[in-house]
Amino acid sequence: MTLSLDAPRLVTTQPLLTARDVSKSYGAVQALRNVSATAYPGEVLGIVGESGSGKSTFLRCLNLEETPDTGSYTLDLPDVQGNLFDLDRFGRRMLCAKRIGIVYQNPHLGLLMTHSSSGNVAERLLIAGERSFATLRAKARGALEASEFPLERMDAPPIELSGGMQQRVQLAKAIALEPALLLLDEPTTGLDVSVQALVLDTLKRLQAERRITMVIVSHDLGVIRTMSDRVMVMRRGEVVEAGLADQVFQDPQHAYTQQLVHAKL
Amino acid sequence: MSLKSLTREWEPMSYGFLDASAKREVRRKMLKAIAVPGCQMPYASREVPMARGWGTGGLQVSCTLLNPRMSIKVIDQGADDSVNAVSIRKFLARVSGAPVTMNTLEADLIQSRHRIPEEVLRADQVLVLQVPNPEPLRSVQPNLSIARQMHADADYGRMWLQLYEQIVRSGRVMQGASYPSLVNGRFVMTPSPIPRWDVPKLNMANHLTILSAGREKRIHAVPPFTRVEPLVFDDVPYRVEEHGALVCHRSGAKGFFMNEIPQDDGSSSYEVSDSEWGVKTIRLAEGARVEMGKTWYRNGEFSQ
Repeated sequence: MTLSLDAPRLVTTQPLLTARDVSKSYGAVQALRNVSATAYPGEVLGIVGESGSGKSTFLRCLNLEETPDTGSYTLDLPDVQGNLFDLDRFGRRMLCAKRIGIVYQNPHLGLLMTHSSSGNVAERLLIAGERSFATLRAKARGALEASEFPLERMDAPPIELSGGMQQRVQLAKAIALEPALLLLDEPTTGLDVSVQALVLDTLKRLQAERRITMVIVSHDLGVIRTMSDRVMVMRRGEVVEAGLADQVFQDPQHAYTQQLVHAKL
Repeated sequence: MSLKSLTREWEPMSYGFLDASAKREVRRKMLKAIAVPGCQMPYASREVPMARGWGTGGLQVSCTLLNPRMSIKVIDQGADDSVNAVSIRKFLARVSGAPVTMNTLEADLIQSRHRIPEEVLRADQVLVLQVPNPEPLRSVQPNLSIARQMHADADYGRMWLQLYEQIVRSGRVMQGASYPSLVNGRFVMTPSPIPRWDVPKLNMANHLTILSAGREKRIHAVPPFTRVEPLVFDDVPYRVEEHGALVCHRSGAKGFFMNEIPQDDGSSSYEVSDSEWGVKTIRLAEGARVEMGKTWYRNGEFSQ
């Protein structure tokens, strides 16, 4: 099933992100079936669904970590052209380093746990070619500060930090090069509620200040509702419902979305 | 036509110890390594009568390059008289009939562990460096398959990250030996565990340097007149060891790389690491006629 997300919008410009008919299977398991999505500049697209619905696989495809079986993916940026799934390894690495940031649910995936926190941020700048130590320090400090990370701990390794602090280091690393697209894979899962709120506040502030286009994946409806302008609901590798966040949450059309929205412990 | 007419007479040992096919392979890999400076070339490292890790890589290259007219010099951390250097030198002489020497200026082939001689090498000399770990990315990427991809993509950001971490933790670059260096603007190599003092000697050098790791089965090379640039930040310059003011307590040589010898009273004395340079200095002071070659360093400053 393919649903277009183009109809209800807040701002009418060219979409920054356009993914069309993305399908991916692992052996006999079809993880994604013809998933399409668009995200407009400065917009937050939320993807919600149960575990195994394919939302993280889709995000990994957007981060060019996975190559889907079929589908296309474009970013409307001056120096980025064509289907990004066709890029070679080097092209993917450079694009991801410079234009796409990602925050993983598991900080071990996104951070070098025994390197300093500032070094983790600096790594991204180094990949992009920065070779001045003073500039690296200054930019790492700036990104950590923007992520509301305590600067007196900027040289502490993430392994010595709490889960919330580790997510802030990941966030600082992701925004260090001011990416056009920020991907967030369950950024608050595993954090306690108070820390969740702080991380979400930081994300909202950054989004408001920098107008970064974000795609956030979560199984937590509260997080998606708080953060998103538009929402995609996924189930078993398919998009079952999509629309403006308020519209989806207040008037869910699909039976699965209704079940999600009304689910209570 | 018989089999005997088509084959050579049986010999108890091949010239230069290695059989012809082994030497042919090493030669091909050396040529490849020279064609792509700094790029590691895999080879089937043969068994030699020495334990892996004791210079078997260098030994195989030396055995391949040998001929009876070559003068061979073997040094171990600068010394011609260490047990390892003496053993390798004797072995090379025995399997080749080639003359041996300790004089850097006379040597055609210099096999070395962890040092480059202080006297400038000529275009007709070959330096063979023994390499324990040829992969500079190993400390930042233990998966060698991914490390090879990183070399292919010139993805060396993490090498600078290593230097960044050292400066953050210690206030300076702590990499003392095996300083990662960019060869010909393309591949990062480890120049084997030579001190930082020796890395500038490889840059635009007259001589050919072949680096071989027997245990790890890799050869890489720095051809003559090739750029070898230590990785540095734009605003943190490369610094060699501050040995310029140290004086060798045996020879009186000054301005060269020294070995530190701790004393009972807690102080240190120093002796010049290149033992042959020390011997030449002593003999010169005694009034002997000694040919002293031009050195890379003068008064502790790199002068080339």
